[in-house]
Amino acid sequence: MELLSSLIFMLVIAAALLGFVMLLALILVLAERKVSAYMQDRVGPRRVGPFGSLQTIADAIKLLLKEDIISLQADRKLFILAPYLVFVSSFAVFAAIPFGRNLIASDINIGILYIMAISSVVVLGIIMAGWASNSKWALLGAMRSAAQMVSYEIPLALSILSVIMLVGSLRMQDIVGAQSGGLFSAQNRWILLDNPFTFLAFFIYFISALSEVNRTPFDLPEAESELVAGFHTEYSGMRFALFFLAEYANMFAVSAIAVTLFLGGWSGILPGYTFLNGVPGFVIKVSVLVFVIMWLRWTLPRLRVDQLMSVCWKYLIPIAFFNLIGVGVWILIFD
Amino acid sequence: MFGAILWFAFPINKPGDTLLQNALFFVLGGVVVISALCVIYFRNPIYSALALVTALFAVAGLFIILEAYFVAAVQVIVYAGAIMVLFLFVIMLLNLGDEESLEDRLSWAKRVAVVIASLFFAEVFYITIKLVGSVNAPKVTSGQPVGDPKTIGELLFTKFLLPFEVASLILLAALIGVITLVHRRSDERSHTSSDT
Repeated sequence: MELLSSLIFMLVIAAALLGFVMLLALILVLAERKVSAYMQDRVGPRRVGPFGSLQTIADAIKLLLKEDIISLQADRKLFILAPYLVFVSSFAVFAAIPFGRNLIASDINIGILYIMAISSVVVLGIIMAGWASNSKWALLGAMRSAAQMVSYEIPLALSILSVIMLVGSLRMQDIVGAQSGGLFSAQNRWILLDNPFTFLAFFIYFISALSEVNRTPFDLPEAESELVAGFHTEYSGMRFALFFLAEYANMFAVSAIAVTLFLGGWSGILPGYTFLNGVPGFVIKVSVLVFVIMWLRWTLPRLRVDQLMSVCWKYLIPIAFFNLIGVGVWILIFD
Repeated sequence: MFGAILWFAFPINKPGDTLLQNALFFVLGGVVVISALCVIYFRNPIYSALALVTALFAVAGLFIILEAYFVAAVQVIVYAGAIMVLFLFVIMLLNLGDEESLEDRLSWAKRVAVVIASLFFAEVFYITIKLVGSVNAPKVTSGQPVGDPKTIGELLFTKFLLPFEVASLILLAALIGVITLVHRRSDERSHTSSDT
């Protein structure tokens, strides 16, 4: 009985989160189209529903009804498995994101580490997709993706580590709790403004996170001008939609983690006030970061592969290491 | 299997759930054994590597049953996330085909392997026979999690400081070795690439 009830409990939470992620992807895809239209002085989708608001639903139905093509040369089993692996691992990250005071699926004592562990599995799915497609574009895209994600995980982890050192806990709600003072107070400020080194750590996190989710200017794994569509070139219909869904879920997750780690999470801008407190404040902050990611995509050109690697290994990693030492020294002297 | 995935994705800490823990132990243990066998028996190296990933994941799941979340997360980050990605990377780069081409080269190694493997199994068998019933598995006491990051950190920097430092030295040596090897080779290759 206990077994059954706890299983049902987990299933309900998982289903609720899944619904949320689906809805999120629908909204974000529309937002991306509207933002890109705005950046390029166009109107964007406006035929389906009021102001084109049902455009992504129409797209989703189109993808569902499309023929599902699996090339004869492909490795069938892995080809089918790969999109699910990518989607499940980017979806499972949401289990440890605190949306509000009690709104977190599982507040485990290693929350942020769990997120890093789960999101590192996405690479495996991408490699699997690239190899199983048995296509040169897909394989090259997967190789680039593997190299890129493994490299950028290092500065990402180092910038997260500086937050962990400051807070002294890996639990997500503790990290939010350490920033309950809001933006301006002397105590428990947002970690972004706690000291100059954490200010820098935020930008290191954001750059590496952009690369982790394969967004421009780091979208080499799916560089359309040279690799058609990278690792998901051979995918069509619903399997392609899963990759698409995962990309937008990842974008939100990365922004939500940045907000939780550096921008106060769900706690408000002012202490004691209800101004931008709780879930609405969290959603607004995350939306701003998501907008910045979209803004970058429609503004910056793509890096070359060698530039990508030298940005990571020659600049970001040394800066992140010295930054980490700086945070340690700051804690030793001032706290 | 689905339950195992759910448990992994949503490790909700409920100390009373011994039945669930027992059930999951057998599921995950089965996955470990089967996927470990698959590593050996698949003829395609990519499949073997992916089976190894599955085995490592299931071991992480076993750690979660023991409420050692930290160890589980580290297991996934280090092995499934980093090392296996490099394995797959290398396998794809070398484009290894079936193992048949390797077989003739392995004939002498096989004989040595049989001897060593039988010695190892004899040892395991002897220890199991000798120790059955005399060793109690360390009990996980609720409230004081074994795999707590704080506990592990303290142990690493006090009791196990020497092994910890030795391990880091070995890794550093490997790192420097790789850099010097690659560096020398890129020097020998005449300077065709103009940049860097």
